[in-house]
Amino acid sequence: MMNLDYATLQQLWWIICSIVGALFLFLNLVQGGQTLLWQVAKTDLEKTLVVTSLGRKWEMPFTTLVLFGGALFAAFPKFYATSFGGAYWVWMLILFSFIIQAVSYEYRKKPNNFLGSTVYELFLFINGSVGILLIGAAIGTFYTGSNFTLDLYNRVTWDYTLLGINLRGLEAAFSLFNLSLGIFLVFNARVLGAQYLLNSIDLSPTPDLESRLRKHTWNSFLIALPFLLYVVISILFMKGFNVDDAGIVSLVSSKYLSNLLAMPHLLILLLAGIVLVLYGVLLSTFKGSYKGIWFSGLGTVFVGLVVLCLPAFNNTAFYPSKLDLQSSLTIYNASSSHYTLAIMTYVAIGIPFVLGYVVYVWKLMDSKKLTKEEVTNEESY
Amino acid sequence: MMDFDLTMVNWARAQFAFTAMYHWIFVPLTLGLSFLCAFFETIYVRTGDKEWRALTKFWMTLFGINFAIGVATGIILEFQFGTNWSNYSWIVGDIFGAPLAIEGLFAFFLEATFFAVMFFGWNRVSKKFHLFSTWMVAIGSNLSAIWILVANGWMQNPVGMAFNPETARFEMQSFFEVVFNPVAVSKFVHTSSSGFLFASLFVLTISCWYLLKGKHLKMARRSIIVASVFGLLSSSFVAFSGDESAYAVAQKQPMKLAAIEGLYKGETTAGLVAAGILRSDKQPGDGQDPFLIKIKIPFMLSLLANRSFTAFVPGIDDLVYGNEEQGIESTASKIAKGKKAINDLAEFKLARKDNDNQKAELALARFKENQDYMGYGYLDKPEEAVPPVAIPYYAFHIMVALGTLFPVLFAAFLFYGIKDSLTKENIKRYLLPIGLISGFLGLIAQESGWVVAEVGRQPWAIYGLLPVKASTTNLAASNIQITFFMFFVVFTLLLIAEITIMLKQISIGPEEGR
Repeated sequence: MMNLDYATLQQLWWIICSIVGALFLFLNLVQGGQTLLWQVAKTDLEKTLVVTSLGRKWEMPFTTLVLFGGALFAAFPKFYATSFGGAYWVWMLILFSFIIQAVSYEYRKKPNNFLGSTVYELFLFINGSVGILLIGAAIGTFYTGSNFTLDLYNRVTWDYTLLGINLRGLEAAFSLFNLSLGIFLVFNARVLGAQYLLNSIDLSPTPDLESRLRKHTWNSFLIALPFLLYVVISILFMKGFNVDDAGIVSLVSSKYLSNLLAMPHLLILLLAGIVLVLYGVLLSTFKGSYKGIWFSGLGTVFVGLVVLCLPAFNNTAFYPSKLDLQSSLTIYNASSSHYTLAIMTYVAIGIPFVLGYVVYVWKLMDSKKLTKEEVTNEESY
Repeated sequence: MMDFDLTMVNWARAQFAFTAMYHWIFVPLTLGLSFLCAFFETIYVRTGDKEWRALTKFWMTLFGINFAIGVATGIILEFQFGTNWSNYSWIVGDIFGAPLAIEGLFAFFLEATFFAVMFFGWNRVSKKFHLFSTWMVAIGSNLSAIWILVANGWMQNPVGMAFNPETARFEMQSFFEVVFNPVAVSKFVHTSSSGFLFASLFVLTISCWYLLKGKHLKMARRSIIVASVFGLLSSSFVAFSGDESAYAVAQKQPMKLAAIEGLYKGETTAGLVAAGILRSDKQPGDGQDPFLIKIKIPFMLSLLANRSFTAFVPGIDDLVYGNEEQGIESTASKIAKGKKAINDLAEFKLARKDNDNQKAELALARFKENQDYMGYGYLDKPEEAVPPVAIPYYAFHIMVALGTLFPVLFAAFLFYGIKDSLTKENIKRYLLPIGLISGFLGLIAQESGWVVAEVGRQPWAIYGLLPVKASTTNLAASNIQITFFMFFVVFTLLLIAEITIMLKQISIGPEEGR
């Protein structure tokens, strides 16, 4: 690894972080399912089935988010410091939505749970809606830029005031582009959530739940689609943050379109991703299939990868500053040292192993569908 | 030179202290209960006795309730480094980020993946695979402790890195040194074994409650025997690693040692304060006896700190004002050097920006003379290098006193547990009430330990290199005040929920509880 040159390691680590981020977007099926709970589950049994099925997976997106944060800290500490410290409120609210999620599955149905089950369900809803929306808005700033400057010591100053209050990142949600990306992610997560539930629960005793899940797969997709189209079309035509050979950042027209053309594999991945999501949705909605989740899930991973890699490669600043273009972060000026990246690359050899046992245990646990008998007689949330 | 918004610094400090101490209620229980569950289940699998299965499931239920809130309170700690301490994150991220990432990858996924099997896999996987999963959760939890304590140990004793003036940050030179940092190693052993100890006390507390109520007697006795063995073994690790930690502190953080002992004037053949009350108006250098009353064990501090009865142990005054005889440099002199280093670095950065390479080289050469003292340059006066003595002093003595009591308690419970006389009238009257409160004492010892470690580290974030006040984000204090109260309210609500749920599950007991 020490033999790999610095730039290769920096690129490799952006790809690794992007894969973790893209997997997180797939695992948001849990968050999507949380926002569907009140709409698809009408009886106590249906609710228990849905919550128990999601509850067996809730730690996966949570842990992936923690890993995403840790990997960014280790590999791109300047981004970690600038974005988390700068866009303070976006990240704080996202974190709050995950704090309240973490207890909700375990506590919702326990006797004497103090807040009552509806409050825990509300916590789950907030996590799946506000949490994912803000994550989308935060990712959106990779394209639209943020309001910070860095001094000689890389200390961040954030400056966006509204009515005399420094919004510290919340202004990300005021951009139509960022907001659209967020709404797309919320509804895409709902598509995935419905498809996952179709796949994981034995729905024979609850046909109404099944038909509602299929209906919501389609409805959520129809809502997500225009926002996705808006995001994709905007990306093709918007100005982007180009870095020239001397490291000078400037705004260049159709920058991301030229990135796509310069990196056709990303274009292919994007198209394949959209087709896979669509195919999965059609399977779930019209073909009575239970396997839609795997197609839409893989499609989501592909789209996520493109969204995260497109603004980082081909001489582009991935965390641009609108206030001071030269403060913008690139994967080359924001990364850890050569030594640390090399060490972390040795560590990363463990990723396939971890992924391997996660998939193995997932398959083992989901080899039998979740049944009515199981949630009434045994462990349930 | 930076200007410091001390209101913001103190709110950020308070937020970190609050969230860390809160998180620490649940983490040591997770560390120890996960292993206890693994022991219980192993006995079940080996004996096939259904009662052991019910017992295992009961403790797992409590484990799960505790685990959820531990996870909830943990995520904020990781991201708080970025949100509230972004300058820190940049300056040491090259070293500090790696253990956090490794923790996420290798420890949290192990926990998260096998946790689902542990709770929902009873009828989905084989008995053996289920047992394997329970062990994996225990190992995963404790792996995470390794990595976070490597990170914390590095803050206490920064090794394996060098300052890079071009980037104005510390960069890793040796991963091996960071991982096998002696402070980190003793800290890990001490912290995780104290977690085992605390979880064993937790089991004692609940089992004693059953015994006193005359409920679930067999299950309570079995739990007590296993927990007492585990607690007793852990106690010996806690004691040895405690000694090792104290030695490491003496070598690497002499100011912290002086503070936890209330030692102002350094001594050879220094005695260890067994108990004492500090004078509240004592200031460094004022010549007053720091103690109103005290009981000292002669020679012991010299032995503890330097493994020699006659070694010199520096006091706070020696460290602040210097001691030529012992070759200790005064803090004032370090501050002067540090300020030079900061100025030379600034000159270097400006010259680089202006592409004046000759000027840059000169400034760099001057900077290198004093760069090791740079952190001191941020201090305003020598006394600022002293932590608030009373807090680590009392916390340390409470921790040690309780730590001495626990092994005796475990031995007593083990003895009477094996003799099957836990329900005898005498035991009920004298031993069980102590067992009943032992979990709370354990919690006090746990929190005290962290107070010693973290308050004793003040004013430094990275010991000797970066003070806390230079580590923060450039952020108005009001933001942190708001999030502080948000955390306070949410965490308090969740804690109440956790306690009421847990009490209900305890009163339901092992048979009906799930």
